[in-house]
Amino acid sequence: MRPQGKKPFPSHILVFLAPAVLIYTVFMIYPLLDSLRLSLFAPGEGRGELFVGLSNYRTLLTNEQWAPRLWNAIGNNFLFFAVHMLVQNPIGLFLAALLSSHLIRGKAIYRTLIFTPTVLSIVLVGFIWRLILSPLWGISADALDLIGLGNLNRPWLGLESTALITLSLVSVWQYVGIPMLLFLAALIGIPDELIEAARVDGATAWNVFWRIKFPLILPTVGIVAVLTFVGNFNAFDLIYTTQKALAGPNFATDILGTFFFRTFFGVQLQPGNPTMGATIAGVMFLIILTGVLLYFFGWQRRLQRIEY
Amino acid sequence: MLLRRPGRGLGYWTQLLGTHAALLAYTAFALFPVVLVILNSFKGRRAIFRTPYALPNTDTWDLVGYRTVINGANFGLYFRNSLIVTLGALIIILLVSSMAAHALAEYDFPGNNLMGLYLAVGIMIPIRLGTVSILRLMVDLHLTDTLWALILVYVAQGIPLAVFILTQFMRQVPGDLKDAARIDGASEYRIYALVLPLVRPALGTVAVFNMIPIWNDLWFPLVLASSEKSKTIILGAQIFLGQYVNDWNAVLASLTLAMVPVIVLYIIFSRQLIRGLTSGAIK
Repeated sequence: MRPQGKKPFPSHILVFLAPAVLIYTVFMIYPLLDSLRLSLFAPGEGRGELFVGLSNYRTLLTNEQWAPRLWNAIGNNFLFFAVHMLVQNPIGLFLAALLSSHLIRGKAIYRTLIFTPTVLSIVLVGFIWRLILSPLWGISADALDLIGLGNLNRPWLGLESTALITLSLVSVWQYVGIPMLLFLAALIGIPDELIEAARVDGATAWNVFWRIKFPLILPTVGIVAVLTFVGNFNAFDLIYTTQKALAGPNFATDILGTFFFRTFFGVQLQPGNPTMGATIAGVMFLIILTGVLLYFFGWQRRLQRIEY
Repeated sequence: MLLRRPGRGLGYWTQLLGTHAALLAYTAFALFPVVLVILNSFKGRRAIFRTPYALPNTDTWDLVGYRTVINGANFGLYFRNSLIVTLGALIIILLVSSMAAHALAEYDFPGNNLMGLYLAVGIMIPIRLGTVSILRLMVDLHLTDTLWALILVYVAQGIPLAVFILTQFMRQVPGDLKDAARIDGASEYRIYALVLPLVRPALGTVAVFNMIPIWNDLWFPLVLASSEKSKTIILGAQIFLGQYVNDWNAVLASLTLAMVPVIVLYIIFSRQLIRGLTSGAIK
């Protein structure tokens, strides 16, 4: 802090700030930094650890035992994210557009009910969908029969080709309420006069939405995208609950969160490795940071330039 | 207003019906799996498979799943643990974040902006990435397998967004009020106590906002507090479900038991939650 004459720093400000800053620093900032530091070490003799520089990262990126697992997890994670961007957010936008209509009544009820899955634990959601999709119970077969596609039924979670997409869609089912609410808030915030003016000029509802409303809610589109990105690259619970730490079948559903957990704690015969775990956390940190910075400096900056 | 034509023509009705149909269909899709699980948790094993879509009746009514759950796992204790962790973390988050937000909003001290920025960094960085060091820290502090480990981590995780939201709200509290109190000789701590009730809606928003992720978390209970005495309901349910995976009655009953309290709380607080999500979004 810069010296300001001879006045001492007011003590009440310190009292107000200290508890939050202390807890936040000790249990969040310090562990994040210490974890990054640990990724530069390897287990040494006894309890100590040896500084190895970036060699953990090199191992992770090039070693034939680690690299395929890492790239598999990163690839799967991007697919997981892509499904959310292409399915969850458009459905959220569509529902928000319907809910922002002045025509209908009972909007609060629809909104509340559609948001219900979002408040449930993803552990429960994972198990619920495992039951629904279980060939034993046959609910998914019945549902496909209903729309005449009965012969398409598969053990969705058991096949390498379908497991990850299926779980991504389960996650979409659960979290679609969040983009829906964010888009809804943005749509409600658009001044009526703007829309009124377009209507007087004879624009159709479709044109009003895409030419006027959508450009106005672009900031929210960016927020939804970055929240989805951070959430997806931090995901873990759903895969762990439905497919266990091994993220089967044959690592087809392995994402960075499960890879991190497995490496840190070990699984079956493979012992846990804290420093490699920290290295994977370091990779996740870099990916998330890149996404967030792209949002702040790419998307938001450009929007501001358009606005003014 | 979408349509202001005096006569409500065919277009109006098709649009109205179409909107309702789409929303109803999606609502059904969102609720169907949940309702199906709750319904079948009250049925015997045979009825679960034979008539999964039927309501339970006198023939099929069977609470065997609930009996297995009550005998097989200590759900009462898990529930209590979840309650202590969630409420404890919420109270501390609200207290320390409102104090910090008051300092940031009220006083123009050197480093104010920098401090605000420092506290905001955590909004976008998931605390999970520090797990390796958090576990070591908790081991050093002898806090593993205690509820305090969870509370402290959740407080740290909740502070950034809470301070951010509360600072915005506290900046809007009119200065006259505080100056009047100062002229009357109120201390700065008194001023804080004066401001706090004025931002009650924001405190509610922050509380509801934090409640659900804390209650639902699996990661930290799994890593920091997986002993029997410190299990939360979600970790307890996760382990129970893994063990009883083939006992459909027990699985459905435990899913229902774990879901219903959250759904009830959600129905009570849905207004605050939805307002919080929409106004708390970083603009």
